Amino acid sequence: MSVLASGSFWAFVGVVAGIYTILALGLQLQFGFTGLLNFGQVAFMAIGAYGMAILVVKEHWSTWLAAPLGVLAAGAAGLLLGLPALRLRSDYFAIVTIAFSEIVRYVATNEDSLTGGSQGTIALGNVGVAAQYNGEWVRFQATVQRWLGLSSKDVTMLVIVWAAAIVLLVLVWLAVRTPWGRVLRAIREDEDAAASLGKNVLAYKLQVLAIGSALAGIAGCFYAWQFYYFSPDDFQPLLTFFAWMIVILGGLGRVWAVPVGAVVFGFLFAGTRFLDFPPLSYLSGADRAYVRLIVIGLVIIGLVLVRPQGILGKRDEMVLE
Amino acid sequence: MFWQLVANGLVTGSVIAIAAVGVSLVYGILRLVNFAYGDFMAFGALAAYAFNGPLGLGMIPATLLGMLATAVLSLVLDLVLWRPLRARRAGFMSLFLASIGLALVLRQVLLLAYGPQPQAYNVNQYKVYVIGSVRLSEPQLITILGAAAAIGAIGVFLSRSTVGRTMRALADDRSLAAIAGIDVGRVITYTWLLSGLLAGLAGVFAGLVQSSFDPNFGFQLLLPVFAAVVLGGIGSAYGALAGGLVLGLAMELSTWQSLFGGVNPVYKPVVAFAILAAALMVRPQGLFGRARVV
Repeated sequence: MSVLASGSFWAFVGVVAGIYTILALGLQLQFGFTGLLNFGQVAFMAIGAYGMAILVVKEHWSTWLAAPLGVLAAGAAGLLLGLPALRLRSDYFAIVTIAFSEIVRYVATNEDSLTGGSQGTIALGNVGVAAQYNGEWVRFQATVQRWLGLSSKDVTMLVIVWAAAIVLLVLVWLAVRTPWGRVLRAIREDEDAAASLGKNVLAYKLQVLAIGSALAGIAGCFYAWQFYYFSPDDFQPLLTFFAWMIVILGGLGRVWAVPVGAVVFGFLFAGTRFLDFPPLSYLSGADRAYVRLIVIGLVIIGLVLVRPQGILGKRDEMVLE
Repeated sequence: MFWQLVANGLVTGSVIAIAAVGVSLVYGILRLVNFAYGDFMAFGALAAYAFNGPLGLGMIPATLLGMLATAVLSLVLDLVLWRPLRARRAGFMSLFLASIGLALVLRQVLLLAYGPQPQAYNVNQYKVYVIGSVRLSEPQLITILGAAAAIGAIGVFLSRSTVGRTMRALADDRSLAAIAGIDVGRVITYTWLLSGLLAGLAGVFAGLVQSSFDPNFGFQLLLPVFAAVVLGGIGSAYGALAGGLVLGLAMELSTWQSLFGGVNPVYKPVVAFAILAAALMVRPQGLFGRARVV
């Protein structure tokens, strides 16, 4: 039980919750405000992370140029997917986005010369050289740590990730308060009505898709910096479902519900590591990992059944239908 | 080489087609995109494995028992999960998310029960049948014959039997069917039963063709199955059959060397989706789906 008392473990849980906040914020904008069923969010996270890492390792770019470009690539990918896919009915759109995320993972797994293949980013550089994309980031993190006089690298990361998350949350919160945000809600409630008022529904949807994808790209960069290494297996569809769960757990159509959902989810997911009382303690470590995901699955089902408006959701504004 | 790829395509395609009918029927009647269907298939494959491997039954009784087990699972889940959600008038989104949660739970339960190591049926993998220029392994031959029989039976069932026709009527227009005196509750039960049987059958065939499989393999099968359902037009059972066969053939033929050198076989699922994307550009409602009439 000593892990429970370890500050760096809880800092880690907090960092992951912050990254999920940014990832899920994109979904909140897309589904909670605009009604788009994007089930491929993890693909844009992968594009952001890989875009940044590839530019740094292969093209020797500065991280501070590579990361924005990775984020831009994620946003552009959202646009490119949206142009054909948004013509489809919403249920078809959901399936096509899942398929897109799997295709991105397939490509990342199989195009070794571009992504390092299934070995992950370690194989990005020349043969026999373990590639690193985070040299500049580690120096930056050390500088921040010195400035703020923080105790450890984990706490520093926690501060940086949450600072970024809060800035992004405020930006989205401000954006949905503008007339632009009201059009999004109008599209969510009744697309035809919004169109009949002269609003270009497709253009709004494309903007939202691109912004949400770019947010996922940002989450991807932080993910890459947090873990020093990643591979296509890090971008399983499961991650998209975690993000969905966070949005629904927090409450639909509420910006500030996203961090609440992410923190609750982070503690739930981390907390299930401590399910080591009998009879669960008789299970092996691998088996307990299965039990954790069973718990997550049951929580998703339970939420849908019992509290479709989430923790902070307003029942009269937006309920899962 | 061409005919060999056609034969492989028919094997892959018929597995996809059988599963796609199971997904499509449930979608048509319950408006539920069942994301857990891949894991239903894995459940069927592993249940049949339990009878075939450890218990030593022949492949045919093991398959039938695996199908039965999957159908029972399907019915129990209707009782404890889908019926309460229907009573709440849950919409597309709730049902889809619930099925995602269910997929997680099912897959992890299978992993707990069977572990992550690959399993294989007790059939002769190395026996080869040569028909003209085509070579088929015993599992492939069993699959192609079994699937042909199953697809024929599904076709007859949907077009001739009362239950099959009421299912299609319900998928077409639920309120009209209800007014015409169809017992909706009963048809829903039959739909889950049939969908479960088909999941079990498709799972066993997929396990046979792949020669070894683990509890995760259902999810990998799910995407081509969804592609077939969408290609055929969501909710159209005949469309799903056709979509599955078309995609199976296309996936295998895309690797043909004489066709611009052929596609790397690892990209077969990508080919399925490229075809789907192209087809949807032309017919956004799917090949057999009806255009939306407001």
